[in-house]
Amino acid sequence: MKDFAALFTALDQTTKTSFKVAAMASYFRTASDQDKLWCIALFSGRRPRRVIMTTLLREWAAERAGLPLWLFEECYPIVGDLAETINLFLPPSTGDEERPLTYWINELKRLSSLDDDGRKTGILNAWKILPQTQRFLFIKLLTGGFRIGVSQKLMTRALAKATKQDEAVLTHKLMGNWTPETTTWADLIEADDPTADLSRPYPFYLAYGVEDVNQLGPTTDWFIDRKWDGIRGQLILRGGEHHLWSRGEDLITDRFPELAQLRDYLPDGTVIDGEILAFQDEKPLSFNTLQKRIGRKTVPKKLLTQAPVILMAYDLLELDGKDIRDQTLEIRRNLLEKLLKSAPTSAPIRLSSEVTGSSWDDFARERAKSRDLNAEGLMLKRRDSRYLSGRKKGDWWKWKIDPLTVDAVMIYAQAGSGRRANLFTDFTFAVKNGNDLVPFTKAYSGLTDDEFRQITTWVKRNTLQRFGPVRSVPAEHVFEIAFEGIQASPRHKSGIALRFPRMLRWRHDKPADEINTLDDLKDMLRTYG
Amino acid sequence: MADLLTFTPNGIYCEAGDFYIDPWRPVARALITHGHADHARPDMGAYMATTSAAPVMRHRLGDIRLDTVNYGDVTSINGVNVSYHPAGHVPGSAQIRVEHKGQVWVASGDYKTVDDGLSEPFEPVPCHAFITESTFGLPVFNWTPQDVLADQINAWWAENAANGVYSLLSCYALGKAQRLLRAVNPDIGTILTHGAIEATNQIMRGQGIALPDTTLVTPELDLKAHKGALVLATPSALNSTWARRFKPASSAFASGWMALRGVRRRRAADRGFIMSDHADWNGLNNAIKQTGAERIFVTHGYTSVFSRWLSEQGYDAQIVQTEFDGEADEDGQ
Repeated sequence: MKDFAALFTALDQTTKTSFKVAAMASYFRTASDQDKLWCIALFSGRRPRRVIMTTLLREWAAERAGLPLWLFEECYPIVGDLAETINLFLPPSTGDEERPLTYWINELKRLSSLDDDGRKTGILNAWKILPQTQRFLFIKLLTGGFRIGVSQKLMTRALAKATKQDEAVLTHKLMGNWTPETTTWADLIEADDPTADLSRPYPFYLAYGVEDVNQLGPTTDWFIDRKWDGIRGQLILRGGEHHLWSRGEDLITDRFPELAQLRDYLPDGTVIDGEILAFQDEKPLSFNTLQKRIGRKTVPKKLLTQAPVILMAYDLLELDGKDIRDQTLEIRRNLLEKLLKSAPTSAPIRLSSEVTGSSWDDFARERAKSRDLNAEGLMLKRRDSRYLSGRKKGDWWKWKIDPLTVDAVMIYAQAGSGRRANLFTDFTFAVKNGNDLVPFTKAYSGLTDDEFRQITTWVKRNTLQRFGPVRSVPAEHVFEIAFEGIQASPRHKSGIALRFPRMLRWRHDKPADEINTLDDLKDMLRTYG
Repeated sequence: MADLLTFTPNGIYCEAGDFYIDPWRPVARALITHGHADHARPDMGAYMATTSAAPVMRHRLGDIRLDTVNYGDVTSINGVNVSYHPAGHVPGSAQIRVEHKGQVWVASGDYKTVDDGLSEPFEPVPCHAFITESTFGLPVFNWTPQDVLADQINAWWAENAANGVYSLLSCYALGKAQRLLRAVNPDIGTILTHGAIEATNQIMRGQGIALPDTTLVTPELDLKAHKGALVLATPSALNSTWARRFKPASSAFASGWMALRGVRRRRAADRGFIMSDHADWNGLNNAIKQTGAERIFVTHGYTSVFSRWLSEQGYDAQIVQTEFDGEADEDGQ
């Protein structure tokens, strides 16, 4: 794992993307095929299964260090990363072990087949013989989550450089649910046919938020439809089977069994980009309804009738087994429309219809209707745009409605983790209820680094009480909290739960007794819940 | 018997001798451990510090009434015996030993136990009660040995120099900068300095501390002639327009906080060198053990964790609130 550790160090020691790409490309040129494959897997979120409970790892680390467990638990929130905490907590390594990355991943698999005693012996031995950085990476593999400041996109760029292949082609090759155990370097990277795997999705094209629509030129250049409030999904019909992928590259076919009947209505060799929506009486239901389906791997019958889903189709990526992403949106939409005409209305698929208007003002009025239609705003797509991969500026924009907001006061603060370790970034907010404060949401994004630093200094000086890593602070600082949705939640003291809460701004101008009340939130729940 | 030193809103106070140690509000008589701004504050009636700490204090505090003592010399203040002993933190830094009626207390200010090649090395002082900082009082802090650090920094600079890239290194003006100057290999190239650092360099050279040649960065300086130079900057200067003139540059911080990846990544510097002028976990524990003290007062840092740890080791440990900052991980000092 020495060369992989050297790669990690090189990536960790620079903030410049060109250096990162060069370091990875060099690794891809020199490492063994099996190691390279694992490297790609790790950097694209395909980590090996977590085999050992972290509570055990903590205990073993404390035991090995000869220090009490409570001291470990105190260090963890300050270091902000479990693997790093364990590595720093253990006595500094004197090991000089040099076996490759793949060996250590296989070793993990071997350990998973043993009982706890066997696992412990294996782990403690690895901690002893691995040099410091390799030990850290090994613990990272143990604890899962291999985020080390390299995006999949950057990794793909390096891979493209090293293999002299086109980046988009490689991006496509890397999609899907392969693992280094189910494929080889030759099959995955070197083989020519990216559709060899019938379930393989196309990379999603993602849009940025638009700032000023008036800069976009004439409205006639744009195809405009609703920005549906569901889950982005890609439906693949190939070889008589169907596959459904989420934007996060999760295969979610089994979670939405009703979509299976689309095999009967749509031809083989079809790939559709759309939104999975809870849908009834020709209308989308709220996201809250769909939420009941998310995260459920099997769906009880009752839920299927309570929250039936459809695919709201908005783009066609493959037709008759041919990749048509290079065609213009106009052409792809026409083909999609024709395709869907053959499906009966009982089929769980709809065409996302075009929103029409003749000026940006017209569209602004349409956008204002979004919340009533359970939509999030409008999507603006250039009529002559190709279907690109990843988030690109220029051809596709989302024009979202303004979020809902309330003013609330911060009452608890907690340090973040990773890059935000040692900085208070996770806050709990309360609204007024009579003379009491009722906590109703947490939020941890939306402020600038400078603001986080300011608030951190303040929290340190104004801590009232500590509960482990959480500190209670005087209810003084007011923030405008923005969110996308609100729903009833009996699990929460406030009785409500918010969707995507974040801090819109720090209201230095607003005293704490002028914040919103629980009744205000309940009103919002009645209107938008 | 009453405690020899007590903790008051003005600072650490010795009633028997009627003096304060590193007070944070104006008092008549202040004994100062070292010249950092959170320990040597303005507006005291009279100051007392080591001979080697005096020049920096005069530079920072202006025209002050300052008595100087050498390490180990015993001075009697109102019948209380006071002496200064090396703390190893920065040049001139001291632990202050206070003795009265057979009771010995030591206020250690900021300290580190490893020899940094610049400061007078730390000396353990036996005592009954020891006041310790806890800036890095967690077992995850284990310092890189000085020679390994020097190799790391020199290798980074040499590689940058070979590529015509500036090495922009951020550090405190007092202590850390000079420690770095003595650790780097001046044969690699020119060393440029920010004004705040150069001022301290001159003071230290004036008191006989040998430092390699440095060039102050001024608007007139021909930067093109110094491509590949090592540039020493204060933490605040690194994020200002001042630093933008050095292009292309690789940036680095030298601080104990660089032991944590999260902090290092947040600072968005290319490199982080784990170099602190405070004691690490083992340093703190060894220093405390060597005093033989039973009572330990834990100040600035991870006070609650470290005092709990000490209590479990059998010490009579307690937390004391002070207004010392330790090694700030964000804004320098």
